[in-house]
Amino acid sequence: MRRFLTFKGVVGLTLLTLIALVAIVGPLIVPPEAATAMDMTARRAPPSLRYWFGTDQLGRDLVARVILGARTSLEIAVAAVAMSIVLGLPLGMISGYFGGRTDNVLMRLVDTLLAFPALLLALTISAVLGPNVQNTIIAIGIAFTPFLARIIRGEALRVAQMPYVEAARASGTTDAMIMLRHVLPNIMPAVIVQATISLAFAILAEAGLSFLGLGTQPPAASWGLMIQASRDQLDIAPWTALVPGLAVALTVLALNMFGDVLRDVLDPRAK
Amino acid sequence: MDDIVSVERLRVEFPTDGGTVVGVEDVSFSIAPGETVCVVGESGSGKSVTSLSLMRLVEFGGGRIAAGEMSFRRADGSLLDVASASASVMGGLRGNEIGMIFQEPMTALNPVFTIERQLTDGLRLHKGLGQAEASARALDLLRGVRIPEPERRLRQYPHELSGGMRQRVVIAMAMACEPQLLIADEPTTALDVTIQAEILALINRLKREKGMAVLFITHDMAVVAQMADRVVVMRGGRVVETGTVTQIFEAPREAYTQSLLAAVPKLGEMQGKVLPERMRLIGDAETRAARTAIAPRKPEVLLEVRNLTTRFPVKGGILRRTVAQVHAVEDVSFTLNVGETLALVGESGCGKSSCGRSILRLIEPTSGEVLIGGRDIGALNAFDLRRARADMQMVFQDPFASLNPYRRLKDQVAEPLMNFNLSSGQELASRVLDLFDRVRLPREFLNRFPHELSGGQRQRVAIARALAVNPKLIVADEAVSALDVSVQAQVLNLMMDLQEDLGLSYLFISHDMAVVERVAHQVGVMYLGRIVEIGPRAAVFGSPAHTYTHQLLSAVPIADPRKRRFGEDLTFKPITSPIFPLGHVPAPSTYRAVSPGHLVLTTD
Repeated sequence: MRRFLTFKGVVGLTLLTLIALVAIVGPLIVPPEAATAMDMTARRAPPSLRYWFGTDQLGRDLVARVILGARTSLEIAVAAVAMSIVLGLPLGMISGYFGGRTDNVLMRLVDTLLAFPALLLALTISAVLGPNVQNTIIAIGIAFTPFLARIIRGEALRVAQMPYVEAARASGTTDAMIMLRHVLPNIMPAVIVQATISLAFAILAEAGLSFLGLGTQPPAASWGLMIQASRDQLDIAPWTALVPGLAVALTVLALNMFGDVLRDVLDPRAK
Repeated sequence: MDDIVSVERLRVEFPTDGGTVVGVEDVSFSIAPGETVCVVGESGSGKSVTSLSLMRLVEFGGGRIAAGEMSFRRADGSLLDVASASASVMGGLRGNEIGMIFQEPMTALNPVFTIERQLTDGLRLHKGLGQAEASARALDLLRGVRIPEPERRLRQYPHELSGGMRQRVVIAMAMACEPQLLIADEPTTALDVTIQAEILALINRLKREKGMAVLFITHDMAVVAQMADRVVVMRGGRVVETGTVTQIFEAPREAYTQSLLAAVPKLGEMQGKVLPERMRLIGDAETRAARTAIAPRKPEVLLEVRNLTTRFPVKGGILRRTVAQVHAVEDVSFTLNVGETLALVGESGCGKSSCGRSILRLIEPTSGEVLIGGRDIGALNAFDLRRARADMQMVFQDPFASLNPYRRLKDQVAEPLMNFNLSSGQELASRVLDLFDRVRLPREFLNRFPHELSGGQRQRVAIARALAVNPKLIVADEAVSALDVSVQAQVLNLMMDLQEDLGLSYLFISHDMAVVERVAHQVGVMYLGRIVEIGPRAAVFGSPAHTYTHQLLSAVPIADPRKRRFGEDLTFKPITSPIFPLGHVPAPSTYRAVSPGHLVLTTD
């Protein structure tokens, strides 16, 4: 635990706690109507004492929207990335560990998915399944799986060639146990780094889907939806993009810092 | 004083987050023109830091020369204070008046430039030669280091040359500007023994012809005995002892030097002895004196290998079809008795490791039979093979890579036991404790991770892991090669103790002839996938019958300065390629018996 107490660790963990707190406690304090209530007298109002973060083109309070949007955005991003790990980890690990024909078949499958832009893939899946939160999670989760699988495969391939894996095989360890005891712990650092990066992209992917009418449905708020909505008023009301944009940036920063420190903490060599 | 180099009370520090680490402290020595000074020490002794400081390269590694004086006599006779010289002066010195040879010939050369380009760069920079002059000089240099077909080599890239040729190119580069001082940092450690002999002879000849001084950094006492005029023994960043090579080897004053020398096996010292003997260790000599030799056993065959052949496909073309085959192991047969050690020796690429792995079926042999206790390992299905692995275990070369960095040591030692459900719970814990005691590791290590241990300690963990399931056979693949000499001696003695106590059989794969001479009952010499000579150790070492065995034995440096062997230029027959076209049917291995049990390959 002491190893969390670096500058990076403290800042990352504090930020992440704050963001999580906002996402969890926010909806309990801020009534849902606050995010949809329109004040037609104060459309595109710049930040002021009344509206701290200003308002959007419909006169909705950006404070309320960014707080309530946190929940939607993070929920979808975390669940989608978790899903891509659940799918991509075994896929990549089996592919990299066994190699040969297994690897060829699995990786061609992954390559096929990779040939489509992730957003297009998510769009197609989401369109087929229908627009709601669960389906958005599934769509993004599947769309992100090939990237994760590729990276994990590369790592598993490297680890599978380490002498300690050969040593384990020589002492009669089964393939399943080798993967669990030897390969998995050694590829975790890469998984953690990739997961934190994926989270940021997932927040943006949700935004893209929402923009195309498939993710979060207006008038509900999500950070992505807010950024998309701000696109044609950047010159007259830049705060409408800055507020959700900063929220995303801060989250990504916090995640990356936390991910870095988590990787170090999990590494017994860094003691 | 007209010493070329004089170092006085050198102290080098490395500032780190956790405070200042002292790399070397109070190091003093000097080098006279035409003299070879060997700095010898085990890992972490500061020998490399010393040489890097002399070139002022230590700063690039984060070090700082904190105190001391270093002076270098330049070509014009003036004395240069190296410690305070400016970066540009040092730049003009390095590669010009000081030549350098590094350990790894592949990484010391830039893979994207031709040999010509790399040789001429320094000449054009330091000597201001034009392209044509520099090229002519480069050719001369390659001739000087006796590379075959020098004209062709100039146009080649580093990857097209063999390891030995690469090191010759590196030496040619170091010699390019005719330096007064040549610094060689472990120049032969990564090379095979015959190539090492060639390179050492080459350095000796160049030194003689050019009258330059040589600072030779090495961990190998045998190389020191062969090369040095004077020796600086280092330990823990300090100089332990300095003296002429005969003083150091024949009358070492310090206890550390004595124990270091005792731990070095000397080729030829086992003449007239039949059984293997434990390594000498100063300190516990009395307790072991009575049990140096390994007691003989009643002969009983454990492992029988018949006509083992392993080939690897070479893929090529856009369809990745097999276009040729590497004949890694070719028609190898031998037997190994219970409680005995069979050593497979040979140079890199001779197939000795592939042979060991094929026996354990870590790689699948192409054909042949492997019988352990009468059971054919090759015929087992995956399930039975896994069961059979309890009888045959392996210890790997690199103790840093053969343990999983993320698992506690007790779990790694317990793994084989868990695999075979041999014990669990309390019983498992106490068995692991026993194993730690057996390999003489403190019990506090149970819950540690591999990085907290030294190389020798890790290798003990690897041995404990191999012992866990009470195997009959242990394949030790260069198991002590990566260890410092005193640690190597301790681990070898541990292995021999275990052999005597438990009746273990070792297949001891090694390139180190001097170690093999001490530990093996039987020796098989491998060359291009085949065993060219096999028999009792005393017979193979005492009356070698195959030309390759002769070559190998004559190339081994002997840790005795009175038995120098690399005065004259040496060239050994280079090993040819083991790659053959698809469908090539090699002749079977046929042997001629020189004496009972001593066989020599007659197949060409």
